[in-house]
Parts: sequence; structure tokens; C-alpha cells
Amino acid sequence: MSTTTAAEPQYKVLIGMEIHVQLATQSKMFTGAANGFGGDPNSQVDPVILGLPGVLPVINKRAVEMAMMVGLALNCQIAAQTKWDRKSYYYPDLPKNYQISQYDQPLCGAGSIELPLADGGSKTVRIRRAHLEEDAGKLLHEAGMTESLVDLNRAGTPLLEIVTEPDLTSPEEARLFGEELRRICRYLGVSHGIMQQGHMRFEPNINLHIYHHGKTIKTAITEIKNLNSFRAVERACSYEIQRQLAEYLAHPEVMPSQGKSTRGWDDDKGMTLLQREKEEAHDYRYFPDPDLVPLHIAPRWVEAIRSGVVELPIARRKRYQEVFGMSAKEAFSLTEERAVADLFDRAASLGAPVRRLTNLFLGPAAKMANEAATDQATTVLISDLPVTAEQYARLAQLVETGGISATSAVMVFEHLIKHPEADPAQAAEQLGLMQIRDQNQTEAWVMQALAANPQAISDYKNNPKKKQASLGFLRGAVMKASQGKADPKLVGEILEAKLKA
Amino acid sequence: MLNELTALEIHNKIAAGEITATTAAQDCLSAITRADPHLHAYNAVFADRAMRQAEAVDQAHTAGQPRGLLAGVPIAIKDNLCTTFGATTCSSKMLKNFHSPYDATVVKKLEQAGAVILGKTNLDEFAMGSSTENSAFGPTRNPWNTQCVPGGSSGGSAAATAARLCAASLGSDTGGSIRQPASLCGIVGLKPTYGLVSRYGLVAFASSLDQIGPMTRTVGDAALLLQVIAGHDPWDSTSWPEPVPDYLSDLDKPLENVRIGLPAEFSGEGIEPEVSAAIAKAVDFYHRQGAKVVPVNLPHTKYGIAAYYVIAPAEASSNLARYDGVHYGHRTARPENLFDLYAASRAEGFGPEVQRRIMLGTYALSSGYYDAYYLRALRVRQLIKRDFDQAFEKCDFIACPTSPTVAFELGAKSGDPLQMYLCDVFTVTCNIAGIPGMNIPCGFSQTGLPIGLQILGPTFSEQRMLRLARMYEKHHDWHTRKPVLPQA
Amino acid sequence: MADTLNEAQVRHVAQLARLKLSDTDVPRLSRQISSILDYVAQLQEANVEGLEPMAHPLPLHSVLREDEVRPSLTVQQVLANAPGKVGAFFTVPKVLDTGLGGG
Ligand SMILES: [Mg+2]
Ligand SMILES: [Zn+2]
Repeated sequence: MSTTTAAEPQYKVLIGMEIHVQLATQSKMFTGAANGFGGDPNSQVDPVILGLPGVLPVINKRAVEMAMMVGLALNCQIAAQTKWDRKSYYYPDLPKNYQISQYDQPLCGAGSIELPLADGGSKTVRIRRAHLEEDAGKLLHEAGMTESLVDLNRAGTPLLEIVTEPDLTSPEEARLFGEELRRICRYLGVSHGIMQQGHMRFEPNINLHIYHHGKTIKTAITEIKNLNSFRAVERACSYEIQRQLAEYLAHPEVMPSQGKSTRGWDDDKGMTLLQREKEEAHDYRYFPDPDLVPLHIAPRWVEAIRSGVVELPIARRKRYQEVFGMSAKEAFSLTEERAVADLFDRAASLGAPVRRLTNLFLGPAAKMANEAATDQATTVLISDLPVTAEQYARLAQLVETGGISATSAVMVFEHLIKHPEADPAQAAEQLGLMQIRDQNQTEAWVMQALAANPQAISDYKNNPKKKQASLGFLRGAVMKASQGKADPKLVGEILEAKLKA
Repeated sequence: MLNELTALEIHNKIAAGEITATTAAQDCLSAITRADPHLHAYNAVFADRAMRQAEAVDQAHTAGQPRGLLAGVPIAIKDNLCTTFGATTCSSKMLKNFHSPYDATVVKKLEQAGAVILGKTNLDEFAMGSSTENSAFGPTRNPWNTQCVPGGSSGGSAAATAARLCAASLGSDTGGSIRQPASLCGIVGLKPTYGLVSRYGLVAFASSLDQIGPMTRTVGDAALLLQVIAGHDPWDSTSWPEPVPDYLSDLDKPLENVRIGLPAEFSGEGIEPEVSAAIAKAVDFYHRQGAKVVPVNLPHTKYGIAAYYVIAPAEASSNLARYDGVHYGHRTARPENLFDLYAASRAEGFGPEVQRRIMLGTYALSSGYYDAYYLRALRVRQLIKRDFDQAFEKCDFIACPTSPTVAFELGAKSGDPLQMYLCDVFTVTCNIAGIPGMNIPCGFSQTGLPIGLQILGPTFSEQRMLRLARMYEKHHDWHTRKPVLPQA
Repeated sequence: MADTLNEAQVRHVAQLARLKLSDTDVPRLSRQISSILDYVAQLQEANVEGLEPMAHPLPLHSVLREDEVRPSLTVQQVLANAPGKVGAFFTVPKVLDTGLGGG
């Protein structure tokens, strides 16, 4: 592809992700202070969090177990022995001026996940490692104030830092990876994954391999700090790719391929900005924390945790397609949230016909859930609606056996929302939605409809182009005459017989 | 005067109804008023609180309620133990006004046992030193000669205990900070096995070396205090989980067939002849009591000081990073920016020795030097530990001097940090290996200054070590000698 | 391994350690620390081949606590020793340069 003209260079994008996941334990990583948010500033702080003289850390067992669950879900090797190290840097949100982390013996070693892609395919993304550490507090910068404010409520929250290999090759993949990881963490119950609250923070590491004039040029890696929305991940990656490419094209001869720089994302401006770092910023002086002893992880413990790991989204999607015969899109929607998929599985296990059940979930249930969310910040899931698996099962059954029509099912569903105790069949009865299969009654409705629509009969008989449409129209007229109670199958049979007569 | 009684005597006499906790406390407080202006053993005295505690003990006694092991015993504690009463200063300008919202585990244990806490004692700033001259609040003086240092860093506790300004005290020992001042002040000082006593609430100097221990006038008192403060603490991950043995009941039973090791490396050069002679005499005493005296080798202990002065400052540089003027402690006036807030607050808040060690430790951990200094020192640590493991196959205990010299004059070594560090030559290896070590008085110099014998034992050998020390004490009267104090 | 610490290194280490040194501190510390490093250099003689670094004196491992909440301090206690505070917050000189340090 080398030419004498200034050909557009071809390039490959390499993105590796570092993700910090806050673990939803009851207490903090190294002490018993509550691990929760939204309290008054500095109200979830004990002597350990405050880094007072003389305090000592003790490891939260549940945090280790949650980290192991994620590690297992990412097919990571769980270390037989791990230890804790201090990472030193001065910052007001870090009371001890060191963060307890894991340096050279992470809890979770190499692993990989199958990442579903937009086209329905998937790709393998390798995980380099995942380790436990503690979160820092928050530094607030109020406009007009000459000082910054420090709130330590977040300090000491258990964090799982996951690092991938640079296997993601586009901004979209980076976003999809983040979304899938969030799904996994929510499935495992280790994080609520509320992005607005910073439960998950992403740091993409990006560089390009540019093939130009017969050579391969590797651009220097940039790390974009602390992104907390999927949109920001995708946009920041896109921006950074274009920026690196432009930087190369402007000065191909001075492109540095060494070193790594850190950039921040300005969401309003839609651009990344170089962050100035002090010379010693990377001299973290890691050393083993003498206040903590190593952690040995017996295979028995790993197996106990493994046996508690739930069926993950990827496996579930596969099962829904293969066992339930859903489309990829349907399976994806229904497995997005574990609670929804659990509800679906329960209803299915009660004998609900899966096709009808799928239609109920993706039709009226999804619509109701959507409408129930009063604002953008709140999400209402199908599983949050007051309809039980038993009700879903009976309702789907009712449609399947022809007890009610699909249209009526929506009305019954709406009734169930308002009357959570109701039985679907009784509700259908009460609402007068039960289909009537009486031959004479149905014939009467058909006759009534035919009498009222002579033009349609004429079209059916004389105009081949309009034959199907007029049949549909007449069928609708019969249903209308029956107020939705007629059995559509029976209506079809009688109607066609009458028209042919 | 009841301040001259030992902790066990006070406990027994209160139990027998012969004395009250109130008079014991009162006598200690009076002694403090008279002598402490000359010694400066205390940073703070809690007279009112101590009297209230003593009254509560007396009331409980009258009501026939069960007594704790230290009921009514007046105790002094080193000012690097966190207390909800008074300040916890570490003798540093940095923490001059710091009030802890929690009590150290040992403080809770003392109070649960009924101890009356008289006050908090002076120390080398953040326990860094061997003379108590590095206190931001002025030095403590040796009760045997106020021109001399009491040793350090637990010099305040040592001086207070020797001068009968308390029945007993607590110190902390990172490289000899209990044993060396105990030696220089002529009292008993025990550094327990690492992990035996909870460090929760002990302001950390070097976490893998620090231990809290008793400083007392008698071996019996050391056993008593250790009984109270030892034991597993779920809030200290380095705390040993096994139950604490009974240190008191067999204390007077002599040890039989005991083998005492004399390390070739802990004799000769640099030791004052009077010290060597006193140690030899003490060893001879054990020999005459039927102990077998065997030569042992600790070939790598010569690296002890070097390893210690990498490991301890490295940990300290990290442990002391929290003192930055943000959440508590000294803050510089009108900082220009955040960096200045940190750097100026720390430069103003820390004294020269603390700054020197922070610098040394930061360097030892810094990029490019970690392997050569810190990692290497940790490997040498393993060598030193092995030396002891091998020695304790040949002997039950090791005997050697605690300090190569008797107490020196104030200012004698303060110009040369390295000379001061060499004071710890016989004590640091014990912390490096995590084993217990103990000082007992074993004589006086011509100039009337105390000499101390150090006993080192394998991990968790405190029960037998105390019996060994008690054997010696029973046949000697050094511990009954009293310094003549200047009076106010 | 350098057994001395020159003045430029002293300044660099002081920056890492957040210690503001005066112009007289620097040569003094350079001299004192160099003399200590010179002494410490004897560690290089020791044969440590095949030895594990000993970070802990005792063979303890796997000390864990249950995930149980214990009371926090009151906000008043948290701020009781604070040299700078506004409302329920600690204060520091305005920090413009964010994103430093770890994560
Ligand atoms: Mg990062
Ligand atoms: Zn991190």
C-alpha cells in the first residue's frame, strides 16, 4: 500500500481497559465502618478510615469472596497465595497517604471473557489480572471557594481493579465490554453497577499501530482517567484515536512510541486533555503492608465460591436461543437483567409456553416497566412490576389455549398490575375477555359484519388485488362486533366459508 | 510511701484491706509532684481522673465486687498509646494537640483490669531514638544521675518506674526501646514475642518490629502486666490467635536443665568492661544454679543494625506519611498550595531525627533503590532469624548485655546519629527476628549507674523466660535499690 | 548501589517525602544520610542467595473478618482534630490539578 501520494495510512486500534468496581459489601474493605453512600459528609468514617495514629486494617472476607466470584466469572486463575502492598502518594482524599492494594501477587490472575458484539457474534477478550484495593475519599471543588473540601465517606470502599489485555479494537467494543462487565457484576450481586454513583469507573489505555510507507508505527499509549459512563468510554476512545492519528500525521517523524501519558476526558468539550503529572507521580514506593499478613486461598474455598456463581449472561443468552428458540435480540433483551431473566425462567418452569411468555415480557411487560419509570435517573425493571411468575405462566397459558386473544392479554396484564392478587383467567372472565367459541354466536357476529360491509365483500370476490386486505378487514369487523371475544380461528373458518358460499 | 510498692504488693495489700487504691494513687501523684520537675518523665499527669479511678476501685472493693489483676495499681503509659483522655502526642509537635477518639487495646485491657492510669510518659519523638533526647517537649533525665539520659525511646516510662513515680509502666520496643532504657534505669523491661500484645492503638513506628511491653521494678510485676495486656485482638491482623499462658502461677519455680547460650558475637569490642564483668557474673550465677552454659553463634547479627536501619525507616516513612496537616495534627500557617501545606507542615511538625529517618526510608523504598536496600534487608532479616533458630536448637535462652554501656550524659551522642544507632547493637536483632527479649538489672557501675542483663528466647517463651529472670532476682537485691532523687 | 546521597538526591527524596528543607538542611542531611548509607552498605556482603525476603516475623496468614458493620465516629469526632474545616468537611488549599496519584 505504499505509494508516493500521501495515502491515508491504515491503522489498528488497541484498547486495554482498567476498570474499578466498587464491591457492594456491608462494611468497608479493612474496617467495620458502613459501606454505603448518600449519608452526610464524613458520616461513614471510623478511626481506620480517618487514618488515625495507631489504627490497623483487617481484611473483609466478603470482599475477597466477591472478588473471587468476579475472577471466576472472568475465567481468571485464582491465586493460591496473595498479599497486600502499600502504594504511596499524597492526596487529601487518601488519609494515610498510601493506598492498600495488591502489587505483584493479585488475587485473580489471567483470564478471559467471550464478549458479545453488536453483529450478534462475539470475541475473546483476555483479562490480565484483577486485584483488591481500597477506594479513596472525595475532593470537592465548590465554585467561588478558595479551598477544596474533603469528604471521606467513600474512602475504604472495597474496589476490584480489573485489567484487560489490549484486545479491544474499537470504541464500540470498549463500550460493549464495559456493559457486559457491568451485567456480570450485577448478575453476581457484587455491585449495583449504578454508573452515576461511580460504582464502576473505566480507564481505557489506547494506542494505534499505524501501517504507513511499509512500516509499522506504534503510537505511545495514553490512559484516559476515570470515565463513569459507557457513552463517555465510547466517545473518549473515538476522540483519542483521531487525536493520535492526527498527531502522527502532523509529525510522523517525531512520533514517540515510548512512555505513557495520562489524559482526562472533558465531557462538555468532547475532548481529552493531557494531565500534568509531577515528576515523582509514578514512584509509588510499593512495599508489602506490614500490618497485613498474606492470604492463602485453599482450593476448597475457590470451589465453594465457584459453586455459588450464578449462570452468567453469556450462558443464559445461549440457552435462551438454543433451548427456547429465541432470536439473538430477544435473548439479549431478556437476559440484560438477572432479576428479569430469573422471573422469566421461573414462569417458564411453571409450564408457560415460551413463545407466548416472550411476547408478554417484551410486549406489555416491557412497555409497563418503561412507563413506570418516572424520570431518566430511575429504572423500573419488568421484575419490579407486581406480576408474579405464576401469573405470567397462567396468562401465557391462557393465550396459548385460545382462552383469550393476544390483544386481550394486554388488557388482562394491565388489570394484573392494578390488582396484583388477581388470577388471570378470572380477570379475563370479569373483563369479559374470555373467547366465545359458540358456533351459532360466532356465525351471528359474522353475519352482522358481512351485512354492514357490502363493499368489502364485493372487493373480496371481484378484486384479486384487494382479496387479502378485505378478508383482514372483515375479520377485524367480526372481532369488533364480538367485542374481542370471538375466537379468531373460528371466525376465520366461518368467514371464509360464508364468503365462498 | 505506697509509691515504693510494686504492682503485686499493691494488688495484694488492697485485696487484704491493708491499703486503699486512693492512698496508693495519692502517694504516686505526690511523688510525681516532687520529682518529675527534675526528671520530666511525664508528658501529662491525669491526677483527677486517676483519683476517680482509684476511688472506684476502693468502692468496688468495699462492695465486694471481683477485682481485676491490676485493681488499684498506679500505672504510667508511654505517650504513643492512644487514649481518649488527654492528648496522644508521641512527644512530637506534630501531635501536640491530638486527642484520640479511641483507646488502644492495651489501654482498654489495663482499665478493665482495674489499673489506675497516672499519666503518659515522655519518649523520643515517635519512638525514634535511644536517649529520650529527641522529644519535642524536652529530654527525660535518668533518676540515677540527672546529668545522664534514661535511654530510649521509652525513657519516660523507665525513669518514672525507676524513680517510683508509678508502680509500673508500659513502653514500646521497636529496636530496643523497652529493654535499653530499662537497662539504663535499672528496671525490668520485657519486649514480648511479636504478635503477643495487640498493636491496635500503638502509634506505629515500624509495624513489623513494634511491640508493647511491661516496664517494672520486678519480674513478678512484668509477669502481672504481661498477663493483662497479652492476648489475641481481632483488630490487629498480626496478633497471635492462641490463648495466653499463665505467667504468674509457676513464676517462682526454678527452671531445671536450662541451657544458656553465650553468643561469641555479643561480647568483646565496644562493651564497657564493667558491663562485661556484670554479665559474666550473672551468667556464672546461672551456672552455679545448675544451668548449662553453651557457646552459640549468631554470625549474621553483625548485620542487625544495618538491616534495622533500612527496614525500620522504610516502614516509618510510610507509617508517618499520614501526618500531613490535612485531617489532624500540625498544619503550617497560610500554606501557598497543597504541596506547601504538606511539606511545610511536616517540616515544622517533625524533629530532625524523625525527618532523617523518613528521608532514609523514603530513599530505601524509592524507584531504583528498593531491591538494593529494602528487599536486601528483608533477606538479611531471614538470615538473622535463621541464626536464632539454629542457636535455639543448642540452648534455651541467650544471655548478653542489653546495652554496651551504662547511661551516658545528655548530649554525648546527639551530634552523630550513627553513634546513637549503635546503642541498639544488642537489642535490634530480637525485633528483627520477632523473638522475646528482656532486661533485668544485674549490677551497677562504679559511678552508680545500672547495668542490665538481656535474656533472649525463642518465640512465645515468655513463661519460661520470666521464671529464668525470677531465679536471678530472688538471689539478688539490685531491684530493691532506689535512686536518690532531687526534691522540689 | 550508591552509598551516598548527594544534595540533588536529598532534594528529590524530600520532595517524595513531602518535607520542606532549608538550604542548611540539605548539606547536613546529605552528610548524615551518606554516613548511614555507608554503614548500611555492609548488607551487600551478606550471602542472601535463595533466601525469601522476610516481611513478617511470624508465620501468620489468612486473617479475615466477617463483613459486619460497626459504628462510625460522629461527624463531630471525625473533625475534632481537623486543622481546617468548613461545615462537615475538611478543607485544603484549592486543588486545581486533579487526577494525580493512584486509583
Ligand atoms: Mg489506572
Ligand atoms: Zn486501582
